[in-house]
Amino acid sequence: MSKIKKKVKTIKIDLDKCNGCRACEVICSAFHAKPKYGSNNPARSRIRMIRDPIRDVYLPVYAGEYTKAECAGRDKYVIDGKEYSECDFCRASCPSRDIFKEPDSGLPLKCDMCEDDPPQDKPLCVQWCLNDALTYEEREEEVEEEVKMQDVEIGVESMVDKYGLQKVMDTVARMTKKE
Amino acid sequence: MRYAETGYNLEIDLTRGNIERVETDPKLTELHLGGLGTNAKILWDRVPPETEPFSSDNLLIIGSGLLVGTPAPGANRTIVSTYSPQTLLMGYSMMGGFFAPELKYAGYDKVIFRGKSPNLVYVWINNDKVEIRDASHLHGKGAVETQELIRRELKEPNAQVAAIGLAGENRVYTASIEQGRSSASRLGIGAVMGSKGIKAIAVRGTKDINLARPAEFLELCNDVLKYIKFRNENPVPNVMTILQGLGSPQEMLHTDEKWHTENFMWGNARTRRKDFWNKEIEKKWKETQETVRTRLISCYNCPIKCGAIISVAGLSTYMMKCFSKLTYAMAAFVDDLDFGFRIAQRASEYGVDGFSTPQIMAFAFELKEAGILTDADFAGCPPDNEGRFFWLLDRIVRREGIGDVLANGTHWAAQAIGKGAEAYAHNNIKKHEQLPLKLGMLNPVYFLMYATGEKINITQIEGQFPQAPFMTMEEREGFIKDWIQVPDEKFKQIVLDWEPRGERSNPYYPTVDMSVDIVDWQEKMHYIDDALGVCAGLSSFPLKPPYHMHNYPKLISSATGIGMDEAGLTQVYNRNRSLVRAINVRRGLRRADEKPPEDHWKKRFPELEENLLDAYYKFKGWNKDGIPTKETLQKLGMDYVAEDLEQRGIIKNEQN
Repeated sequence: MSKIKKKVKTIKIDLDKCNGCRACEVICSAFHAKPKYGSNNPARSRIRMIRDPIRDVYLPVYAGEYTKAECAGRDKYVIDGKEYSECDFCRASCPSRDIFKEPDSGLPLKCDMCEDDPPQDKPLCVQWCLNDALTYEEREEEVEEEVKMQDVEIGVESMVDKYGLQKVMDTVARMTKKE
Repeated sequence: MRYAETGYNLEIDLTRGNIERVETDPKLTELHLGGLGTNAKILWDRVPPETEPFSSDNLLIIGSGLLVGTPAPGANRTIVSTYSPQTLLMGYSMMGGFFAPELKYAGYDKVIFRGKSPNLVYVWINNDKVEIRDASHLHGKGAVETQELIRRELKEPNAQVAAIGLAGENRVYTASIEQGRSSASRLGIGAVMGSKGIKAIAVRGTKDINLARPAEFLELCNDVLKYIKFRNENPVPNVMTILQGLGSPQEMLHTDEKWHTENFMWGNARTRRKDFWNKEIEKKWKETQETVRTRLISCYNCPIKCGAIISVAGLSTYMMKCFSKLTYAMAAFVDDLDFGFRIAQRASEYGVDGFSTPQIMAFAFELKEAGILTDADFAGCPPDNEGRFFWLLDRIVRREGIGDVLANGTHWAAQAIGKGAEAYAHNNIKKHEQLPLKLGMLNPVYFLMYATGEKINITQIEGQFPQAPFMTMEEREGFIKDWIQVPDEKFKQIVLDWEPRGERSNPYYPTVDMSVDIVDWQEKMHYIDDALGVCAGLSSFPLKPPYHMHNYPKLISSATGIGMDEAGLTQVYNRNRSLVRAINVRRGLRRADEKPPEDHWKKRFPELEENLLDAYYKFKGWNKDGIPTKETLQKLGMDYVAEDLEQRGIIKNEQN
């Protein structure tokens, strides 16, 4: 694969500025609803607050890659006297927990930085974070060219992992006939 | 499909252990919106007026506002309605936080409890699965602690839990329902929850709330956020600090308490300490607050940080908002803010209202000084101001000794104690303790709000009209220049003409009619907020808020698909206002009850006050006794209310 210039989109998360309101979850789930903004459900959000007010834990995390297996030996981190599990920082849609999955189908969710037409200046979670816990940064980087997986492909991959390729193909074939 | 609401209520009969999911009538949403409006409708329809608050026939209605669960910023309020054990009238205390949105995502607009559980239970609502679970192991646990214990027990860190503490279990009339940084505190609704045997309600929801016209609604929400940003960057000048911004008064952020400590009364709402605030106290209080305050926090989907996480060394962490850091300290005559944070921690765990409870204690110590209560009543009480408040709080919450009498609030305690104790319960309206505020000259607008407010708490009635006139014409012109929230331009002229002294000043200016107009506007915004579940802190309470009469109809109609304009929304407000009044009228509320504390203002004007009440009732379409007329009720489509009041002989034929 060849090297290409790529715009890397980054969201900087300042835990000290987070007021724990979950507006990021609200607008994310609304933006990704069909029709757009047509429904609201933070359980479908691709950003989730790991939130434990009594321990002062306020940690927004974005959905990253889907993983079919949970990892072994998860460490604990103590930061400013507060204990976090490695999972708290992990972006994976993972069998060990229920975040970053569609609540009804269990299909994985992944942050797409609010790809939109026309494009948004910033992901909507950043736009709705008036306390600046989330800020948006772009930078250029040279990276290996890679084929980007689409939502459908991620979903199918997870179903293949769960049910096996043959069963998924059979089901698709059967559904195609019905239509 | 139902939009903005789920269209279902959860009906739980605690006596029989029966749980039902019941579809609601969409017509009622058009008539009353949701929240307070539909709560009131249910209370009117289903709880007869002779029902005792602690009777198993009383309902405890935990409602969400209509816009809760949509992206509307600050739409997160839970509206709890029942009959209050303290006032015996309708009690509708509310809380922000995270409970109501979670309830809607679980698929319910309200949870309605009837009956009584024989044992202490908690209710676990997990989408379609609803269980009544044993809570005997939570007996006596703190309200904050209980929320954590239940989340752990359910292994559901994302569950939202509303709980009562020991005060609610013991039916203390100032018992609250606590939930995270929020609480529904006023009017003893925690006691009603305790009387039903409910320790807590836990909820987790992962379903959708749908919008009728999403793109239009989102644009309106974006405008609200833009305006919040603008207001955060542009505080209102020429008013005191806590009135400059949005939200509830930013007591967790600000440490300068000169205004409260020198203008509000200490002790049993009697003593003003005009020279209290000095450099030394300022420094010490600032240090204390900054040491215990871990983080400023918000409710669901709101950028304004009205609350804080409070961790006092050696005590379990809790959350606080608004003014309660001062209420105990000032009532106890303790000059150390640290005491305020320490006793508020215990009070939060007990689950008591931070306004009434300190006043009840100050009232008790005044009775002791006056010799009406005796040393025997206080056997074992420490002598110091801090110690005796902790001691008495424990007695009240446990209903031990004199605490059992005091647990019913100052009004009922005074009745029970007798020997002239009534004169010491001097700061009540409709049997309910008020802010410890005593002023000089009667303000006609405030007179009406205090006298007639069904919430019986000024902070829940007052709003976006300035509390006092601006000193110069330049300030007044500056204020009205970008005052987009006014429902009518005439309000700008009142601000321009209102003078601190002279002919156009209190109490005769604003005039009677102007005062009625102003009060109607303030009330209207509160009633709409309480039906929609939008926090007053972004709407009816502060000056120049992002929600107002001009954008609300569009928000409602794009969210729900219900056709709504300003006239239609005014009609809904009038309907809800008169329905709440009718509920209370049916429970005996009359003009004679509508009076602020005698000593609230030094200068009173009996004739003017009567004129104000007359004009207000007339404006509302109520008779001279404050009872909605048949004609008014019919115009609002509530013939059934008129018929009921007529059958009971409350409305008489000749009154019109």
